[in-house]
Parts: sequence; structure tokens; C-alpha cells
Amino acid sequence: MTPSVAQPRSLDDAVEALRTAIDPTVLAGGTDLMVAINAGSRRPTSVVSLIRVPELQGWHRDGDEVVLGACLTYAEIERGELASLVPALAQAARTIGSPQIRNAATLGGNLGTASPAGDSLPVLAALDATVETIGPDGVRTLPVLEFVTGVKRTALRAQEIITAVRVPVLRGPQEFLKVGTRNAMVISVVMAALVIDLDGRSVRLGLGSVAPVPVRARDAEALAEGSVDWDTARIGDQTVFGRFGELAAESTAPIDDHRSTAAYRRHAVSVCARRALERALR
Amino acid sequence: MTDSVTFQLTVNGADRVVEGAWLGESLLYVLRERLGLPGAKNACEQGECGSCSVRVDGTLVCACLVLGASAAGSEVVTVEGVAGDAGGLTDVQQAFLSQGAVQCGFCTPGLVMTVHDLLERNPTPTEVELREAISGNLCRCTGYGRILAAAQAVVAERSGSGRSQRETPS
Ligand SMILES: Cc1cc2nc3c(=O)[nH]c(=O)nc-3n(C[C@H](O)[C@H](O)[C@H](O)COP(=O)(O)OP(=O)(O)OC[C@H]3O[C@@H](n4cnc5c(N)ncnc54)[C@H](O)[C@@H]3O)c2cc1C
Repeated sequence: MTPSVAQPRSLDDAVEALRTAIDPTVLAGGTDLMVAINAGSRRPTSVVSLIRVPELQGWHRDGDEVVLGACLTYAEIERGELASLVPALAQAARTIGSPQIRNAATLGGNLGTASPAGDSLPVLAALDATVETIGPDGVRTLPVLEFVTGVKRTALRAQEIITAVRVPVLRGPQEFLKVGTRNAMVISVVMAALVIDLDGRSVRLGLGSVAPVPVRARDAEALAEGSVDWDTARIGDQTVFGRFGELAAESTAPIDDHRSTAAYRRHAVSVCARRALERALR
Repeated sequence: MTDSVTFQLTVNGADRVVEGAWLGESLLYVLRERLGLPGAKNACEQGECGSCSVRVDGTLVCACLVLGASAAGSEVVTVEGVAGDAGGLTDVQQAFLSQGAVQCGFCTPGLVMTVHDLLERNPTPTEVELREAISGNLCRCTGYGRILAAAQAVVAERSGSGRSQRETPS
């Protein structure tokens, strides 16, 4: 068996490389995979690198949606026009790693890793994003909450790759809040992503690091939706904000681990959710 | 050697052949152990410390997180490839010396790469932008004050005299 590092230059070539390679490992920005390889916990026998596949780069507008290529980096997400189209994702991108990490790390890689602490995941959950994949059996489209199936587990099948993530462009405020021990280079203790859709009259709250998979706080969302004056985009009843935070905390299932405790996570979620709603609709 | 790979890298403008490498070797390992370029430092091997910062196709990254073989076809620039006129120090390197920004020196090559990268994209960064730019480079001597001073001295020097990056201040 000859070890190989394939660098396909088209999506067709990438699919073919994955089909023919023996036990291929997919590589994008390498910021998760190389950590595992350096530590000796992963030993790939063949690698298919996606970073030169043009179809997976960049982003484009498609009607009311934005199509984000799997190899889009956080450095590209955090600034420019995209940051104004999907502000919560840009806010999340700015909190990730360091400039060096954001230059390399990709959205597809965050989904591929599917860590409970993946910062893009609660935002994508709040946006009702869909994940597009391609593999030997063709293309599939999955809602992000079906794509992430458990701690570091996804619905990806063998030899399948993520090609893009589709998110809506919405009118209304968006917020992303993250708690960690430092402002840079920090794995989230909790995250809250709030998306307001003024036209669809919906309030959506995605939470991260508080359950095996990203969570939507449906009860909190329903309370807020019922309290908004949609003509002014404001919530008048000042008791709603605190209650929103409490309901958000109730929708989580956090654990004690080396980064924090379940009790602190529940508390921090309630604060983040309340603040996000105050910033957006007070 | 069936379980090794051979590839060609372009490092500091020169083509370098890497033979008999293990598939999973990082660019950092290849640079240091196979190509004799120890400027990028090896510390955390998990992208946390920034002491291995290099540029790949003009983008600042941690060499420890780049798969060596996947850098074939890219332009890699290490601190060895950063030089002022006649091979002397750049204004950034000179400022690190004159401002006392070098203590043990381990983080210095990574920080020099980072400051050059920032000032190319943003010639007049605010202090917040500077702090943000170096947030991925750890200095365990904690000499951040002098490092910021060095970067600010370069900004002042360049905007005052209009010197380009490749001109070395005397
Ligand atoms: C110092 C440091 C700090 C970090 N900080 C943060 C942080 O603050 N927040 C955060 O969320 N993450 C953080 N991370 C983790 C990491 O940067 C992110 O998860 C990133 O999005 C991974 O993307 P990548 O392109 O580097 O993935 P890779 O490492 O290239 O790949 C990750 C996994 O996804 C798979 N994969 C990649 N692309 C695809 C695809 N298109 N289709 C199918 N599978 C694919 C790979 O096979 C691999 O299993 C940090 C990492 C480091 C090293």
C-alpha cells in the first residue's frame, strides 16, 4: 500500500480520490487534524486535501440565502460583506483561536469535527442552516441539527465530504456570546447565538457547549416571539428577558468537565441568553 | 520505502525536495528536521503558541498545523527568508533589538513573522489591532510591553520616513 497525499483540483477529482484511496483521511485547514496527528492519536494512511478544490472555496449569494463553501476560513467569515449578511457567524468567527488559526481553519472542518465546543455550530443551529454533502452515492442536504449526531459524531457516510453550508439572509439583529477563560485562543465554556427574523417573526436561540450536540432553546424562543412588538422590534415587558434566560438554561444538558461545571454552564447560559435578547430587542 | 512520501516544497524562493518523509509530518518538522531551517520554533505542536508562524502563499499560519506534503506547490516563507537590504535585519527585527523586545528569544521568530504580516496588511494598526494580531503568539517571558513598543516603533518609523519594509534602519 502506497501512502499518498492527494491534492485534487476539482470537486470531481476529489470525489474520485476519496473513492479510490484506501481509508482516506480528509484534510481541510488541518487545525484539528494536525493536532491529532502531532499528538499521535491519528495516523492516516492516505490523505485527501480539499484546500485546492475551487468549488469548496469562498461564498456566494443565492437569492435569499448565502452558500458558504466548506473550505471558507474564519478569516473570510469575520470581515467584509459576508459579516454584514450573517453577523452572528462573523461574531463567532472573531472569537475563534488566533489570527493564525482563523487563517487556516474552515467552516467545513468545524462541522467535520463536530465538537460540542465548535463555535460555529450554535450559530448554524440558530440560522436553521443546511449542510450539503457529496459522496459516492451523490449529493445530500441535511439540516445542521441532523448532521451533528453526537459528541464528535456526524451523519457523514464513508467517503462523503461536506461541500457547502446554506444559511438564510435575514432582516433583524443577531448576537453571539461566548464565555471562556481568555479573550483569545479559548475553547468555549458556553455559547449563545441569537437570530431575529423580523419578516418571518421568529426568535431563534442556538446554544453550544451545554449538551453533546448544539441545542435550540424552543421554550425560550416561544416566550420571546409572543412578547415582541413586531412593528417596533422591541420587547416592552422587562420581565421577559430574565425569564428568557431561565428557559434557555432549562433547555440544556451540561456536564462537569475540566473546563467548567454543569452548574456554572447553566448559569452562564441564562446570562448570555438574557444579554443577547436585551441587546437585540430591548 | 513503501510507506514514505516524496514531494517538493518552495521555501524562501528555493525549490527543496523532501524525500522519504512520513506522510503525517508537519511542515514545521519538515522545515526543521529535513531542510535544516530551525528558525520556526517547535513548542506546543497544537497551534497555541505561534512560535512556528510562517507564511504559506502569503498567509500567516502555524507550520505545526500544516501537513508538510500538502504544502507542495505553495510558496513557504520562514523567518530565514525575511531579510532587510543586503541581507541585514529588517526594520521589525531591528526594532525588536532596540526596544528590548527579545528576552529568551524563543518566541521572537514567530512574532517577527506576525508583525511583518500585520504591517503589510495594516500599516497603521491601533493598539487593540496590534494586541489582537499577536494574540496567537505566546511570550513566556511575558515581555509583551516591549513587543508592542517594538511594533509601534516600526509603525512610527515607517509612517514618518515613508521607508519600505525592506529598507533597514541604520
Ligand atoms: C489553537 C487552536 C484554537 C482553536 N480555537 C477554536 C475555537 O475557539 N473555536 C472552535 O470552534 N474551534 C477552535 N479550534 C478548532 C478548529 O480550529 C476548528 O474546529 C476548525 O473549524 C477546524 O477546521 P479545519 O479546516 O482546520 O479542519 P481539519 O483539521 O482540516 O479537519 C477537521 C475534521 O473535519 C474533517 N473535515 C474537514 N473538512 C471536511 C469536509 N469538507 N468534509 C468532510 N469532512 C471534513 C476532517 O477529516 C477532520 O476530521 C481551535 C484549534 C486550534 C489548533
